[in-house]
Amino acid sequence: MVAIPSRHKSLVLLAGIILLQVLLLAVQIKRESKGRLIRVWTVGAASPFERAGSYGFGWVRDIWRHYFALQNTTKENEQMRHENDALKLQITQLQGKAAEADRLAALLNFRQSHAGVPMIAARVIGASAGAASQTIQLDRGERDGIRKNMGVITPDGVVGKVVESYPNASQVLLLTDKESGVGAMLADSRTQSPVGGQGEPLLVMKYVPNDDTVNLGERVITSGMDRIFPRDLPVGTVAEIKSGNPFKQIRIKPAANLERLEEVLVLLSLRPLEMKNEENTGDSQPHAPGAANPPPAARR
Amino acid sequence: MNEAFDIRGESHIEVHKFRAGAIIIATLLALVIQAAFPVHFSKAAILDLPLLVTIYFGLSRRNPSTGLLLGMVIGLLQDSLSGPTVPLGLYGIAKTIIGYLASSIGARLDTEHPAARFALTAAFFVAHQGLLVLTRRILLAQPESWLNVHLFIAALVNAFVAVFLFLLLDRLRRN
Repeated sequence: MVAIPSRHKSLVLLAGIILLQVLLLAVQIKRESKGRLIRVWTVGAASPFERAGSYGFGWVRDIWRHYFALQNTTKENEQMRHENDALKLQITQLQGKAAEADRLAALLNFRQSHAGVPMIAARVIGASAGAASQTIQLDRGERDGIRKNMGVITPDGVVGKVVESYPNASQVLLLTDKESGVGAMLADSRTQSPVGGQGEPLLVMKYVPNDDTVNLGERVITSGMDRIFPRDLPVGTVAEIKSGNPFKQIRIKPAANLERLEEVLVLLSLRPLEMKNEENTGDSQPHAPGAANPPPAARR
Repeated sequence: MNEAFDIRGESHIEVHKFRAGAIIIATLLALVIQAAFPVHFSKAAILDLPLLVTIYFGLSRRNPSTGLLLGMVIGLLQDSLSGPTVPLGLYGIAKTIIGYLASSIGARLDTEHPAARFALTAAFFVAHQGLLVLTRRILLAQPESWLNVHLFIAALVNAFVAVFLFLLLDRLRRN
């Protein structure tokens, strides 16, 4: 009789040998598109530990970064804040330049589309010193061909007229000034009437009879009868209509943004000369420009 | 703890020893015949002589460790002779387990009677095929049917052959 070996001992041996052979199989087997099975198993077995390790390392790294490695953060933060301020300023400047470029492009486009009208672009360099008058100051003057009573416009519409011309600057009376006015007409009904300022944002159309039909929002354009502005330039739109005696009280919203002017076009207009023979047929003009002196050198 | 499973009781179990080199020669012969015989007689492929040898020596030696090691060796050799399509370990795993089971059962049951040998061989054959199918399915991703008519026929044929083969192998015993 022989003693039977321990059951557990043989079981362990069985398990070990089976495992070895399974591994042997795994080394040989290559599944489709997954590589060898041993690799699949190894990756599958290792990936949870790798994931846990990665998570753990990431946690430690975050702890280090967020709590221990902050020695120079305040200094860096201050520095970055300064840089941020500088960049903001730069962005503002660039945005301003971009807007300026857009405006100048619009001006250029307007000039090109009105090639027959001599005009010169000017930059607004100042405004009236007091509330009593609505004027702006341009950076161009007599040396650039600008003379008194020349019209000033933007691509959006009429701005006003030159009231003073200096060698290197000029002063423009805006449409909104009490003393200002422009020969105009309603675009739909073609009713002509001068439009003037009241020292307020809105203009007034003064001599439209009560019998004439006027609609809110109707466009008001230049009539050309003031011998300053050519016909059909936008003046504004009808914003308010009231019955009056004997004329309607019509308020006009200016087409040009007169409160935010930066660049304008000065009409080096030969129009008064052209209309010299029609002087007596023009509209009434509150601040009658009369015949302007033709510029010595009209620039385009 | 194993008293409940013992039919004869441990005191009646006898471990057979074999002549020197008998196991090795029998194993090699079984492998060679298994590899060569079906070439000439295709029907002979239904036999699994290495399995029968594994079962016989497992039942006779009645030592699970020896039985599983012998099964492993025979299985790996069979794998090696089975060509590149059979990975090393396929038969190895199955015959390791069969060797272990045969040794374990041989230590508790009377396996000398031809009827017992027939029944055990048939059962081990089915189990062996089951292990092969399981291994193929799990490790090789090769689904394969297991329980079918062919399996039972093969089991019966192998069990029938085993009865006579085991008698022949009994002659290699030393005692």
